Amino acid sequence: MKHIDEYRGREQARTLAAAIARHVTRPWTIMEVCGGQTHAIVRFGIDSMLPPAITLLHGPGCPVCVTSLDLIDKAIAIASRADVIFCSFGDMLRVPGSCQDLLSVKAAGGDVRILYSPMDALQVARDNPHKQVVMFAVGFETTAPATAMAIHQARTQGLTNFYVLVAHVLVPPAIATILGAPGNRVQAFLAAGHVCAVMGYSEYEPLARQFKVPIVVTGFEPVDILQGILRCVIQLEAGRAVVENAYARAVRRDGNTGAQTLMRDVFHVVPRQWRGVGSIASSGLGLTPAYARMDAERHFGLSAISAAEPSACISGLILQGQKKPHECPAFGKACTPEHPWGATMVSAEGACAAYYRYRRTEPVGAGAEGPA
Amino acid sequence: MDWTVGGDGVMCLAVPGRIESIREGGLLDRVGRVSFGGSIRDVNLAFVPEACVGHYVIVHVGFALSVVDEDEARRTLEDIRLIESGPAQTDDTRPRPL
Ligand code: SF4
Repeated sequence: MKHIDEYRGREQARTLAAAIARHVTRPWTIMEVCGGQTHAIVRFGIDSMLPPAITLLHGPGCPVCVTSLDLIDKAIAIASRADVIFCSFGDMLRVPGSCQDLLSVKAAGGDVRILYSPMDALQVARDNPHKQVVMFAVGFETTAPATAMAIHQARTQGLTNFYVLVAHVLVPPAIATILGAPGNRVQAFLAAGHVCAVMGYSEYEPLARQFKVPIVVTGFEPVDILQGILRCVIQLEAGRAVVENAYARAVRRDGNTGAQTLMRDVFHVVPRQWRGVGSIASSGLGLTPAYARMDAERHFGLSAISAAEPSACISGLILQGQKKPHECPAFGKACTPEHPWGATMVSAEGACAAYYRYRRTEPVGAGAEGPA
Repeated sequence: MDWTVGGDGVMCLAVPGRIESIREGGLLDRVGRVSFGGSIRDVNLAFVPEACVGHYVIVHVGFALSVVDEDEARRTLEDIRLIESGPAQTDDTRPRPL
């Protein structure tokens, strides 16, 4: 397919990997923020093409994985109501809450529907005027414009039975948290190309300056990812730390200004709890007062539900790049995609699920514990 | 390891497709029929008012987020060919424009 296959050429990938090897003189640790990139790296074995001096760490960029237990439990509480149709992306259905998941609500007769686009939820609301239709709005800046459009259209069309459980998260505050953490090992970042397609990349420039890390806007195909890594390595070796765009075919410096305008109308920035990471200031989106009527948390009057994660699950450390999935004793044994303990084993973008799917028989790393 | 088959249905991933036709509506519901390697889906084009038939757009959860810049796409692939054709290019550590 055009604009996909050209970036999956083995020869180009080898050329880039060889160029990376020629440039490297010291060990470097680079983090890819986005779960989509983690998936591609593991699927295409990109890390195994790199010289041993390069370590790739997987970041917290899986919105399914970082949605807080509190919000999952609220979603389950809302979806269990007989007067509600609950609309969600399919990835969220298997994410474990404290006691159950959305799939078990559906199996018990709850009306839980899978969305392809947030706009589908509007149609459900129009078709079911006597039900309360609730959309679970999960995702990074990539997904937020679509949610914003659905919310804006709901108001324009005068829909009174449409509500949104907002779980949107923002990438730059998470990068700042990782870089500012004591013991941070990350020396350069691959920024998520599609987040930048929406937001542009000027907001990464202060981060690159403050923390002296190269940040390279990177696409999702193997050749794109290798090119992002090469640009990081060239900067690291030269002692430079600036923002570069290695995904110029899809990303402009200012991003998509139309999408940003609508997002600013519908959302404002709020603190957000990240599952496995903790609370991060200014890292989430909430509804502005003009749209607060559609806020499902407010409408259903749900107070915070506090619950504990299964203690053996180390997904928090995995999301912060401190551990890799095969270092978890439960990986592939007690915890599998069929019986996930943590959200990182559920989503296709979760590091545990990616390793399970592509790496079960060949765990990488010295002393790594292989699955049974 | 399969380097050619695409389509994982990953929630956060956006994929490029070609606009085959456009149904003009209001400003906020301009919809295109977009081909992803032959399979056709309706895609909301409200965020890419500049998009025309024949353009490739990056699509995520039913919305086009950006129009693929064909010149930049060619340039990226050309950069790799330059690396292949000689080490001179790969040793170039001069800052390059964003
Ligand atoms: S393998 Fe399972 S238990 Fe271990 S960190 Fe991943 S999700 Fe948690």
